[in-house]
Amino acid sequence: MSEIPLSHILFVSTALFFIGMYGLFTRRNMITMLMSIELILNSVNINFVAFNKYLYPNQLNGIFFTIFIITIAAAEAAVAIAIIINLYRSHHSIDVEDADELKW
Amino acid sequence: MSAYAIFFYIISAFILGTGVLAVTTRKIFRSAIWLLFSLIGIAGLFFWMDVNFIAAVQIVVYVGGIVVLIIFSIFLTQKAGNEMQKPIRSRTFFAALAVLLGFILSYTLIYQYNFQPASTQQLNVSVSDIGRQMLSTSQGGYALPFEVVSVLLLAAMIGCIVIAMKTPSMIVRKDIEIIEPHGNGQERNKITEKILETEHE
Repeated sequence: MSEIPLSHILFVSTALFFIGMYGLFTRRNMITMLMSIELILNSVNINFVAFNKYLYPNQLNGIFFTIFIITIAAAEAAVAIAIIINLYRSHHSIDVEDADELKW
Repeated sequence: MSAYAIFFYIISAFILGTGVLAVTTRKIFRSAIWLLFSLIGIAGLFFWMDVNFIAAVQIVVYVGGIVVLIIFSIFLTQKAGNEMQKPIRSRTFFAALAVLLGFILSYTLIYQYNFQPASTQQLNVSVSDIGRQMLSTSQGGYALPFEVVSVLLLAAMIGCIVIAMKTPSMIVRKDIEIIEPHGNGQERNKITEKILETEHE
């Protein structure tokens, strides 16, 4: 375990977070934006587990936070997809540029 | 370098490569499949860190639940074979620039911070420990967040059904005609809403 320093795991999670941010910036399709959000949430999960394993191995708090984040991500994805399907019914498109009734 | 370390680098390269492909490919269905592989890679990273329960939850919830849900919604809303339109070049450039700068900033901060690993102990996660602490009401127990999250899941479930439900008496407003006010403004705007059609299903 000690041969991989913690900063290498944090490199992976940071890179994954910013890959998700890149997707969120460039994509305009709501489903792909939702996918980017899932990547961001997963990078946070990696962080929690790594900190728990390396810094506080006698506790389980990071594990619990990860479980709660996974739960909330599942609820969030379900609600987001319900909204997307409802939007598709009324606008026949899930591009965020087409849903501009509340702009200005 | 032992096999243990080599496994870590292979898994990391797999996660990041499939993640990049998931956000850059222009076919939406392929994007969902790359996301699936990335999530499986993250589950592999959890197995590598010896947290088997979290890895199992990751596979069950993300791979078995969320990705399937996303694929279903792609089939409901998109023509899956079509390519999405290319993002604007300047937007791609500035997004990449911002992301790169943010990554460099964050990782320099992380790299310079001196973490003190607790080298003596090994993390030992047994499912019975997790279950006992999850439902304990004493100090350090997670019974209250557990209940709050269960209420949240119930609310999300009902909310999803209500949002996506097609009511039989859904009123469609086809035409909204706005008559401009004239005079000194005391007259109210007359908004005539023509309710033309009521869906009966």
